[in-house]
Amino acid sequence: MNALYQIFVEPFVFMGEAPDLLLQTIWEGFVSGILYALIALGFVLIFKASGVFNFAQGIMVVFAALTLVGFHAMGIPAIIALILAIGVMFLLALTVERVVLRPLVNQPDIILFMATFGITYFLIGLGEFIFGGEPKVMIADELYLPRGRTDLDVAGGFVSIQHIDLAAAVIAIVMIAVLGVFFSKTRIGRALRAVADSHKAALSVGISLNQIWVIVWFAAGIVALVTGIMWGARSDVSFALQIIALKALPVLILGGFTSIPGAIVGGLIIGIGEKIGEFYWGPLVGGGIETWLAYVIALLFLMFRPQGLFGEKIIERV
Amino acid sequence: MSASTTSAHEFAPAPAVADAPRGTTQSDAAAAPAADREVLLAVENVSLGFGGVKALTDVSFDIRKGEIRAIIGPNGAGKTSMLNCINGFYHPTEGRITFRGETRRKMRPYEAAAGGIARTFQNVALFRGMSTIDNIMAGRSLKMKSNFFWQLLRYGPAMREEVEHRRVVEDIIDFLQIQAIRKTPVGKLPYGLQKRVELGRALAMEPELLLLDEPMAGMNLEEKEDMSRFILDVNQHFGTTIALIEHDMGVVMDLSDRVVVLEYGRKIADGTPAEVKSDQKVIDAYLGVPH
Amino acid sequence: MIYREAGQYKTSYAADMAVFPLRQDRIGIAVIIALAYSMAYFGTDFLLQAVLIPFLIFALAAIGLNLMVGYAGLLSLGTGGFMGVGAYACYKLMTAFPDVNVIVWVLMSGFFSAGIGVFFGLPSLRIKGFYLAVATLAAQFFLQWSFNRIPWLVNYNISGAIEAPLRTLFGTAIVGPTASANARYLVVLTLVIFLTWIASNIVHGRIGRQWMAIRDMDIAAELMGIKLLQAKLLSFAVSSYFCGVAGAMLVFFWLGGAEYNVFNINQSFLILFMVIIGGLGSLIGSFFGAALIFMMPIGLGIVLPAIFEPLGIRVGAETIEHLRFMILGALIIFFLIVEPHGLARLWQIAKQKLRVWPFPY
Repeated sequence: MNALYQIFVEPFVFMGEAPDLLLQTIWEGFVSGILYALIALGFVLIFKASGVFNFAQGIMVVFAALTLVGFHAMGIPAIIALILAIGVMFLLALTVERVVLRPLVNQPDIILFMATFGITYFLIGLGEFIFGGEPKVMIADELYLPRGRTDLDVAGGFVSIQHIDLAAAVIAIVMIAVLGVFFSKTRIGRALRAVADSHKAALSVGISLNQIWVIVWFAAGIVALVTGIMWGARSDVSFALQIIALKALPVLILGGFTSIPGAIVGGLIIGIGEKIGEFYWGPLVGGGIETWLAYVIALLFLMFRPQGLFGEKIIERV
Repeated sequence: MSASTTSAHEFAPAPAVADAPRGTTQSDAAAAPAADREVLLAVENVSLGFGGVKALTDVSFDIRKGEIRAIIGPNGAGKTSMLNCINGFYHPTEGRITFRGETRRKMRPYEAAAGGIARTFQNVALFRGMSTIDNIMAGRSLKMKSNFFWQLLRYGPAMREEVEHRRVVEDIIDFLQIQAIRKTPVGKLPYGLQKRVELGRALAMEPELLLLDEPMAGMNLEEKEDMSRFILDVNQHFGTTIALIEHDMGVVMDLSDRVVVLEYGRKIADGTPAEVKSDQKVIDAYLGVPH
Repeated sequence: MIYREAGQYKTSYAADMAVFPLRQDRIGIAVIIALAYSMAYFGTDFLLQAVLIPFLIFALAAIGLNLMVGYAGLLSLGTGGFMGVGAYACYKLMTAFPDVNVIVWVLMSGFFSAGIGVFFGLPSLRIKGFYLAVATLAAQFFLQWSFNRIPWLVNYNISGAIEAPLRTLFGTAIVGPTASANARYLVVLTLVIFLTWIASNIVHGRIGRQWMAIRDMDIAAELMGIKLLQAKLLSFAVSSYFCGVAGAMLVFFWLGGAEYNVFNINQSFLILFMVIIGGLGSLIGSFFGAALIFMMPIGLGIVLPAIFEPLGIRVGAETIEHLRFMILGALIIFFLIVEPHGLARLWQIAKQKLRVWPFPY
């Protein structure tokens, strides 16, 4: 009985007692949710345009951030370093298309998925080889990202909001809006959606697959760079970030693999759900449930709605 | 302990090719004309919809034991959807289907198979990673009962069962004359042979009702003749009831006892081939006269 | 001209369906097994401890994963977690009943893994393909977390780690600090050969066929009377059993002790790569994959310094580690492009060529 009370009543009482803590937790969840959404966005871009689930998105985030910091450490001014980093991501997109995607065109999706595993491990090794394995500090100041924080008096206590988090949220929302418009309104966006549906059909109407893929991986690379900057500004850049990228999977499951607004909604649900779960229920079982809570939420979701919130219902034709 | 696992059907090698009678519209086994025999499957007022699309609207017909029933109609008429309903793959939104006296609205595919319904598919649904033998052996799954422990050891009852079923599978292979491609992975076979293997796999289930979805699609004249012969043999020697979707009118007229015609999800004719052939509605449907 | 089938007629279906129908294959296997056993006497401690024992253990885990991914077509990223369940279950059983032979407990611990595997496999009723992989990720992270957070599992040991206590077989120590590499190798080799034989029996029979049918086209399989949920759950159970036993062997016959970190997500990926590179749906491929992935860093550690040190370039352990990742990634991509069916297919092609040698075709 006591256990039931502890699980189903106490946490809510706690929430009511200290609403400022609740708001703080929700805000933290919101921010990490936005960042998850950014990672998920990279996945969605590539999946939407090529049907490939790019497992390497996480390491691309790390790699992009490391490249930026690395250039800066060589003495290059921040803005130039940023442009150079963008250039590197473009080269990466070109290389991936030429070396991995082109030889594997028309192979089943699972093969392409496994190829992205290969890309992941290759980039991990390369990144560690070039940049070394210790965590680096993101050049947030040099990029004019705001520091400091504001404390709001709210609900009987206070909620502290880091300016960098606000900046992250704004940048992410802007980026998502831009990409959303790009996909639905422009000619290239339409071509991207055609390629995602069927490689063969797209080829037969004259869409150049190679160009499309370079564009898409480049876009995902930019998203990865932005994500890397924002994540890195909050906590240093290290290879541990790559594992956090796995969290994007539950986000994608909730939001659907091909929906850009879905990535935001999924990200927020997971981010906030995780933080609240950890803060209010975590102590009951010794803490650390953040490592798996997101996946279990996604799993439960899949049981009831196998196509996610925004995904398309799959009708099997025989 | 299991009783004898030899098949109830003896799949003897096919009789001499050129002598197989063509144009027979009556099974040797039953003397009575098709319409007078016992009903095996009854479809009553079945409708099927997907969201806004109605695949079938108020279709009713029956299939009698031992006959060959053709289901024909222009593309998009709902023929494959009808088979899918009989199979339990789709569930009709209205109406009911009665098989061997039992009515089921929501039958699962597994139950259909266990009840004695087998089928082939329009787009050859073979297991591409496996050989011909393995594909047909997979069709024997329902009949294989040896328990898990013996499977682990691949000895005793498990091995005996494998050999018995292999014997049956080889009989089917002889019957369909596909000995040469026994061990070939089916993914490598030409289309016509794939269709034959798929028929073999369906036969392995020793079904009461065999649903064939365009078994002759994409075949040349010779292959069609072979396939027709096999279908007739299956029907005549084992008394298997067959429901057949087919586009080739010659095949339909020669093979089937009765025909049902669908158009845009509705039934527009039902009767013997001769009756249907001269039905004005059917002629209009195929010639595309505007409604 | 040596590797010929001519003259080997099969006079019964049983003979035709044998796992090794060719006499040359049977001789080959016997030779390999004999060689393997002889290593127990001729192998150096380094060879056994650093190479052969872990190779066998990982090959077993790869077989386990291959049963699920390669034969049944169910992608799993939870291998590390299931191995851990086996290891911790074995630990609890060993310490609770120290008088029972440890080999019994190693084989029993797999059943706990199997049970957990079935539980996390239940979603496969509704979820297919890639989404199922996410369910297994939930298993992986949850299990890893519980290894860390449940003190009962480590017998309330403060360090949070489990250690291999002394256990003997016929008077010789096989587990624990005093167990010699030779003794442990013999036990591991025998267990792996036995379990591989069982796996082979399963995949060549009805169950293997059903799994492959589900993998290739589950709709058709169901319409043929194959019960999907049961077959899928069985594959989860059997696969997890193998991984659990491998996990127990990993800790008690090789590492000597473990923390919860040993069974992390990287472990899951590593074994998945072994399966992919070795060949999906091939038991011998699992051995090839384990050999390549496991022995590669060791090989690199020997070859690279040999090349670079004479040139004055120091090749440190980290560099080897980095290069290992890069080569691993490159190899995966290479194999997927050149031969998606992995080393096992290359081996088959080689055997095919050998059959007609010295003629080209």
